Amino acid sequence: MDAETFKFLGAGIAMGMGAIGPGIGEGIVAGRALEAIGRNPEAADKITPLMFVTMAICESTGIYALVISLIILFG
Amino acid sequence: MELSVKLAPDILFFIGSFPVTNTFFWSLFISLFLIIFTLFVRTRLKLIPGGLQNIVELLLESGYSFVKSIIGTEKKTQRIFPLVFTMFVFILTANLAAYIPGQSAITLARQEGPVSLFRAIMSDYSMVFVMTLITFLTTQIVAIIVHGPFRYLGKFINFKNPLQFFLGLMDLIGELAKVISLSFRLFGNIFAGEVLGVVMLFLAPFFIPLPFMFLGLLTAMVQAFVFAVLTLVFITMASEIEEDELTESASI
Repeated sequence: MDAETFKFLGAGIAMGMGAIGPGIGEGIVAGRALEAIGRNPEAADKITPLMFVTMAICESTGIYALVISLIILFG
Repeated sequence: MELSVKLAPDILFFIGSFPVTNTFFWSLFISLFLIIFTLFVRTRLKLIPGGLQNIVELLLESGYSFVKSIIGTEKKTQRIFPLVFTMFVFILTANLAAYIPGQSAITLARQEGPVSLFRAIMSDYSMVFVMTLITFLTTQIVAIIVHGPFRYLGKFINFKNPLQFFLGLMDLIGELAKVISLSFRLFGNIFAGEVLGVVMLFLAPFFIPLPFMFLGLLTAMVQAFVFAVLTLVFITMASEIEEDELTESASI
């Protein structure tokens, strides 16, 4: 096993572990948003854009993982 | 055929010592298209709107009311709407242009091999970074105008007590992290979409990549929206005067 192997391994692990948190978080956001829409269907127009924005914010940590793995792979 | 994934865009030609990359070339093209489209619609404005004008008016009005619902007042909306909506339209057009069929087949012959004339613009980090810097600078300028330079600086550096000092430092890091997360969100999504498309085409050329392309279309729309809305939210947050600040200035 040389350094190159560990580089690829590290990038894969970084991305995989980093994707866990955002996955759970976005699931919670989407679930709660759907719950809210189910309770009050008229508010769907207001809830949907906010849901997308909060999901994007939840994604941040995943994006950081992506940055790290891109740096490992190409930097 | 081999799988090639590149982070940096390809250089098409040089003007003097200035390298013209394929993403830069296409961003000029998209800008030109949007300008001509706007002028075209503008010269044909009628009191009773026809087909195209109806669509544009619908987009503008719904966008305007959405921006107003977030930022609050009419005056602020009029100032911030052009920036946010331009960002949205530009990113959306740039992302969707990547799905025009057949454009990736157009290549320039070079001695290193064929260089694709087209590449999704937002998969070039320089472009996204510059757009994020526009957001960042606008946010800072708005915050400085609203809070005053010294009060704004005092939010980050104060020596009242150790906890406040630490929180100020955290705020400083938070501001810088905004730039990274905002820019890499758009870049990462579009770049990952491109790579996913390439890998799927490489593994199974027919029909299998289609669902991934639909996913990419969704990403293209959502990310354009998210970038514009986050810009809007950051500027809104910077432009709001907090409660304790109001009472503080009232007591003075």
